[in-house]
Amino acid sequence: MTMNSTGRPTSISANGGSGTDVTVSGSKGLLQAEGLIFEIGSSDKTGVDLPKPKGTKSRLGGVTRGAPSGLPGLTEPEAVRHYVRLSQKNYAIDLGLFPLGSCTMKHNPRLNEKMARLPGFADVHPMQPQATVQGALEVIEELADWLMKLTNMPAVAMTPKAGAHGELAGMLAIRAALIARGEGEKRKRVLVPVSAHGTNPATAAQCGFIIDEINAAADGRVDLEDLKSKLVDSSDVAGIMLTNPNTCGLFERDIKAIADLIHAAGGYFYCDGANFNAIVGRVRPGDLGVDAMHINLHKTFSTPHGGGGPGSGPTVLSAALAPYAPVPFITKTADGLRFVEHHSEAPDSFGRMCAFHGQMGMFTRALAYILSHGADGLRQVAEDAVLNANYILARLKPLMSPAFEGYCMHEALFSDAFLKDTGVETIDIAKGLIDEGYHPMTMYFPLVVHGAMLIEPTETESKAELDRFCDALASIARRAVQKDPSLKTAPHLAPARRLDETRAARSPRLKWTPETPTMKAAE
Amino acid sequence: MRYLPLTADDRAEMMKTIGAKSVDDFYNDVPVSARLKGPVPGLPNHVGELEVERHMTKLSKKNRAASDGPFFVGCGAYKHHIPASVDHIIQRSEFLTTYTPYQPEIAQGTLQTMFEFQTQVAALTGMEVANASMYDGSTACAEAAVMACRVTKRNTVVLSGGLHPHYADTTRTLCEANGIKVIQLTPAVDGELELSKHVDDAACVIGQTPNVFGTLTDLTPVADAAHAKGALLVTVFTEVVSLGLVKTPGEMGADIAVGEGQSIGVPLGFGGPYVGLFTCKSKFMRQMPGRLCGETVDADGKRGFVLTLSTREQHIRRDKATSNICTNSGLCMLAFTAHMTLLGDNGLTHLATLNHEAACDLADALAAVKGVKVLTTRYFNEIAFETMKPADQVLAALEKHDVIGGVRASRLFPGAGMDNVIVAAATECCTAADIAAYAQALAQVLA
Ligand SMILES: Cc1ncc(COP(=O)(O)O)c(C=O)c1O
Repeated sequence: MTMNSTGRPTSISANGGSGTDVTVSGSKGLLQAEGLIFEIGSSDKTGVDLPKPKGTKSRLGGVTRGAPSGLPGLTEPEAVRHYVRLSQKNYAIDLGLFPLGSCTMKHNPRLNEKMARLPGFADVHPMQPQATVQGALEVIEELADWLMKLTNMPAVAMTPKAGAHGELAGMLAIRAALIARGEGEKRKRVLVPVSAHGTNPATAAQCGFIIDEINAAADGRVDLEDLKSKLVDSSDVAGIMLTNPNTCGLFERDIKAIADLIHAAGGYFYCDGANFNAIVGRVRPGDLGVDAMHINLHKTFSTPHGGGGPGSGPTVLSAALAPYAPVPFITKTADGLRFVEHHSEAPDSFGRMCAFHGQMGMFTRALAYILSHGADGLRQVAEDAVLNANYILARLKPLMSPAFEGYCMHEALFSDAFLKDTGVETIDIAKGLIDEGYHPMTMYFPLVVHGAMLIEPTETESKAELDRFCDALASIARRAVQKDPSLKTAPHLAPARRLDETRAARSPRLKWTPETPTMKAAE
Repeated sequence: MRYLPLTADDRAEMMKTIGAKSVDDFYNDVPVSARLKGPVPGLPNHVGELEVERHMTKLSKKNRAASDGPFFVGCGAYKHHIPASVDHIIQRSEFLTTYTPYQPEIAQGTLQTMFEFQTQVAALTGMEVANASMYDGSTACAEAAVMACRVTKRNTVVLSGGLHPHYADTTRTLCEANGIKVIQLTPAVDGELELSKHVDDAACVIGQTPNVFGTLTDLTPVADAAHAKGALLVTVFTEVVSLGLVKTPGEMGADIAVGEGQSIGVPLGFGGPYVGLFTCKSKFMRQMPGRLCGETVDADGKRGFVLTLSTREQHIRRDKATSNICTNSGLCMLAFTAHMTLLGDNGLTHLATLNHEAACDLADALAAVKGVKVLTTRYFNEIAFETMKPADQVLAALEKHDVIGGVRASRLFPGAGMDNVIVAAATECCTAADIAAYAQALAQVLA
């Protein structure tokens, strides 16, 4: 049957296609313009119906609020629309490949969301009697057991709330171990490769350590000679913070030698485990001489990134560091599982690093993920993640410039060498990808590679999706070499054009104020 | 495997494109002794959704949920009703499965919610600027202490006796690592004003209101005393709903105000993830930890939002950064801002009033029980009370009546001589029947 098209225009007439995207509403088809809640709501509106107060008692003791907050409310239909409209201005894994290197943007299974919302997990209080939360403690124990076995490490601190918080746990344990050895004042120097993520030096500094940078060798690994030279006088060395697989997407092939050198120097080996996805089920960090390593549950174990968090960063510890682990931790007693919550019960512990017992909502999700995959599935995860990255590397090698020779682990790293003399920069490639319907790769990180482009596809992409992505990036690379000027102003098809970050930083507007003139034209 | 899209044929074809023989080739840099030949020993293999659900559900049933009966536990986390639409909003794919908005052209959704959140938090606390969240209230408190030292170039922080002990311990851990001296005042139900005596040479004094015993304190005199000696006042709250009724940190003259945002939008979840709120005076803006979202324009001159002032942060400043925080509490921030938008000012004040009335009713009901002495006199939705019996025995006996009666002070402050003290909270979720059940059970337990 053919469609009756009588009277119905099926193609744009010569003068009907308006060429301009200016609409009265400010919307563009499915993409709705949406103001701030302060512009569309009002303080006498609400999306909750509450019972009437009795209005009798006040025991506030006069400590009462002076001026009202004046915050606007919205009814439920208005609020739902507000957030759904805003959501449509976001890119997400559920929309497509999200090749942000170092961030492991894999699919977030919905089973995990369902499990985390079981009332027995979501609706229990951290301070209710421990006899009434034995199932919650069992979840923590079960997840801890998996993490220790997957890493072949004898202990794990479960409370850290993200990767950087896990780094803090590890470095505080190292600090406590050094103090226990009577060398706390003497050993203050921590070796950190130039290629390290910013959280590594920031964490070490937060623990009172002094950062000593070590260079990268031409092959993207730690420069062993440079490391040795930094250990000639090692009496002040506290340890090393090394990412493995490293931020260039490469396995540190001298890792055991590095661990031995550090240990011989009297220091400890902190391993940044952000890239565990490349090796989970195939290599156990405990077999490499590691003393402490955080695991980002929001990377390897698929808990959602949520637009910037929350995360969770359990930190596995060697026998040497285990006594200094933070409180609380779980012990088994005749009455069941119990938290050791106080420093007085664990005098060697470096103390507490957050309220309560860690990111339970992430534990339930991660455990559901781990049980779903099992030991066999997790090994396949690593293999497919590495295979996908090498496939991208192989397909784009002819057009772009791989930063290093040989195979990669779970992420493919390119430099901007292929852009030389084109006027096109890494950021333009990234913004060009946006127009092709992709989130850009990580750009300008790691710092050791000029104009770095770090691509991490993860294992949850099909070959067809990888091919589509490679085709898109290849075409951008070709356009770049041809000096296509439109790349310099990309994106053209996104909800917003390039934003003026300099202006934002020069005169910061960090909140809405009633006086804010609606800015119609660029200065 | 239901989460792995590659087929065996795909893998073979991709290997051919790459020119590798097997995946083992990719792991050639791994020391031979560390190469596992097969799956990690001692662990089971993959299972389907059904098996996982069965196992997890069984574990969840071993826990007594707050909604299962009368429930009065507070001390830093509070049982509140969350509108159904909040959970719907945070499960939108575009919010749930996206990353930190480093590419603003395709992250305006997240960025605008951050900007709205910062505005809401600033308005609620009466402070000038708020960041886009910390891990939780306790780490926000620790970061505030370290920031105060940076700002004042002093090296001592003083913690009140009413500060939540987990916050105090978290702060001590971070401070000690930074070589900062911590002075901790003796736990006391009504001890916040003591801080005024310890302002000399302090970088900051840290007081909590309502404090861990529920006591409300106007910290204005502490602010004045601190400022007179060049010290900062850091205020802490663990129950953000209180700000619907009580004097704000800004009105008290706080320099930095931090707190836990869980009560608005975030479920109890056994302690995390939560959402740390961090605010300060604008003059300290460039010393703040964490992400900030700012307003700007795009190339077409249209309003838009970006992450800003990132020269404070670890990815730019590395060892000189104001904090090591990277991942924060993004999705909990969204839950907070969505719930706050549903409430609005009137809704929040209304909700706060219901909480306060529930606590007044609870206090009256318990005070009427023989042998009970209510210790907190000025409060919002939480009180401390004392009986003649050890609190652990009382709470265990209440549990047999299906009443979860609160937190024993000895769990908070072991060895502080508060063995008979219980801290109990009442929110809008506590019905009159729940409160009556509590009083009745307590009367029997104490008889
Ligand atoms: C290599 C590396 N280290 C550490 C971190 C910090 O982890 P988080 O953001 O969970 O604090 C990240 C991720 O952001 C990372 O990529």
